[in-house]
Amino acid sequence: MASTTVPSRQHGSSAPSRRRRQAGRPHRNLALDHARDLRILRSPLAKAGAVLLALVYLAAPANLTDVTLFALAYAGVYAIGAIGLNLLIGFTGQVSLGHATFFGVGAYSAAYFGVQRELPLLAYLAIATGLGLLLGLVIGPFALRLRGQYLAVVTIGLVFLGGHIFSNWESVTGGGSGAPVAGADLSVGPLDFGELELGGQIYTREQSLFWLVWALVALTALVAKNITRTRPGRAMQAVRDRDLSAEVIGVQLARYKVGAFAVAGAMAALAGALYGILQGFVNADEFGGSVGLFLSITFVAMIIVGGVGTVFGSILGAVLVEYGDTFIRENNDLALLDPIIIASAGDSGVVSSGEFNGIVFGLLIVGFLLVEPRGLAALWLRLKAYFTSWPFSY
Amino acid sequence: MTGRAVNTATLAAIDGNDVLETFVSGIAVGCKYALVALGFVIIFKATGVINFAQASFVLVGAYLTYNVSQTWGANFYVALLAAMAAGFVLGVVLEELLLRRLIGEAPFTMIMLTIGILYVIDNVVTAVWGPDNLNLGDPWGIRTVEGGGLTVAVRDLWTMGLTAAVLAAFFLFFRYSKLGLAMRATALDQEVALAQGISARSVFMVSWGIAGAVAALAGATLAAGNVALQPGVGLIALIAFPAMILGGLESPLGAVVGGLIIGLVQQFTSLLAPEYFDWVGPSFEQVSPYLVMVVILLVRPYGLFGTKEVRRV
Repeated sequence: MASTTVPSRQHGSSAPSRRRRQAGRPHRNLALDHARDLRILRSPLAKAGAVLLALVYLAAPANLTDVTLFALAYAGVYAIGAIGLNLLIGFTGQVSLGHATFFGVGAYSAAYFGVQRELPLLAYLAIATGLGLLLGLVIGPFALRLRGQYLAVVTIGLVFLGGHIFSNWESVTGGGSGAPVAGADLSVGPLDFGELELGGQIYTREQSLFWLVWALVALTALVAKNITRTRPGRAMQAVRDRDLSAEVIGVQLARYKVGAFAVAGAMAALAGALYGILQGFVNADEFGGSVGLFLSITFVAMIIVGGVGTVFGSILGAVLVEYGDTFIRENNDLALLDPIIIASAGDSGVVSSGEFNGIVFGLLIVGFLLVEPRGLAALWLRLKAYFTSWPFSY
Repeated sequence: MTGRAVNTATLAAIDGNDVLETFVSGIAVGCKYALVALGFVIIFKATGVINFAQASFVLVGAYLTYNVSQTWGANFYVALLAAMAAGFVLGVVLEELLLRRLIGEAPFTMIMLTIGILYVIDNVVTAVWGPDNLNLGDPWGIRTVEGGGLTVAVRDLWTMGLTAAVLAAFFLFFRYSKLGLAMRATALDQEVALAQGISARSVFMVSWGIAGAVAALAGATLAAGNVALQPGVGLIALIAFPAMILGGLESPLGAVVGGLIIGLVQQFTSLLAPEYFDWVGPSFEQVSPYLVMVVILLVRPYGLFGTKEVRRV
């Protein structure tokens, strides 16, 4: 990033040029060289936005209820998984409905290495991530042999086979009765995320875990952003757009398809481990069979709603889908929802809240695909483009 | 030598009759999968979409059959025909309203669109008919017939007969009818078909309609007999995935062969697994189809009867 200093300083450093643009000079935010074009935070506004997000992150636990914080922590967990899936589907174009298996591997790793082996937090998170990576390396080669819809159905097979192993490998997974994660170590050095103590103030488990999860979301997003804005990212997008052409211009298909599966698997497993921590327990039927398939589909729905092929869209989608689900379940007596949802026996309404959630979930997928196939992220990008190019329409 | 001795000793527990009966029930189960898979194949052949909502078509078909025969008291076979007609309409309407708008999009988009439809329909069905077990009221019940030392359920015979009839109808339709020819032409090359004056629009519509009708039939056979009708019936369609993939996505014959293979594999797994390979764990028959699918796809990535994809630079 050393080269960024050369042309950009000329525009940005002297105070007058900040105020008034000089005739014949391009706008200070115009990217004039490649390194500058690749920056994550390109404009002062983006930098301000990042600072604002950091402040929200720090202030949220003190200002939100524990229930909301916990729902947001779950949303963060799904965001990590969705970022991985977006790298695979949105950037590399390999459709996978087997994400739940990777997620499950992470959750069981947390249970086995955290509780049975009593390893520290960072160690079992790292092992979970590593196992997800390994499984991705094993599954990835299928993508070399199978394409498009065939690959999607084969990854469904992965969910069923994985679920069978989860519920039968009793020494590790606890079989049908599941495995506890509660009791696993939750501390990083002096910080104990089970009950954080900062400057004499003691925070609840929900507050502490919110900070832990969303710090990891930021880390994952940074890793994903760095992959996508550099050479591997461009190679992946070439594979997505037309793998044959990518191969012709010298992209090694095997490397990037398998690599994308590995990275997506690693992120899903990390998310799974955090899910185990939040849940405190891993159930055998959560990641396999039709429930597991639903989980995989939920991940895909998140990236559709958020925005296929964008990192921040994955986070938006995860928060909307996961938090929306919780919101409907918690608030079924709201004026708008009450006439529709049967909250308890004898309540007026048409459908139960579970069914309502399912219908809304389906409509979200259909609606976004038909109306805004690039998701919430596209809405945001369009809004941004409107203001930056104003008064011109494009 | 010792291995052989052990083998004959354990074989005694499962005699020839068991094997034969398992074979017959495997064929019957396979026919149900084949019916579901046929619905997938006909849509894929014409439009290139794997229709995940096929599972909900199956569910709607089964529940409509129930509703017409049990609630409204019509004859079961009349109810079945009514459900098939309704399935046809459902397929056509969905194609016309939703799928039509996304023709030509990436497979991923189409798959997810049908998954979205699946969620909406499944939950609406649960909201309308409730989550409880219902009795489909089929005339086949749990009756069995005996012949040659074999006991076969009547509904299994009906399932086999219906599957054979549907397959024969498909064959005749594609071979001799004008619309069938149009559908084959469209499947082969859309643009060339358009140039011949074939309306791709009506071909797509009819394919979705036929898939809906076949799904209703599949739904009724799946929920017949001692299997209660409940929202989980649609999930059985998931087992038809391996059947359809195994046979190759574009081949109706492949769907039937794939269905039969999967049915046999499943039934024989549940017969043999506890005896010979106990270590795989209980209810392995639910995942063995997927294992077979993965293995076969690694050898033939386009299925047993699928067309090999040609890659042009």
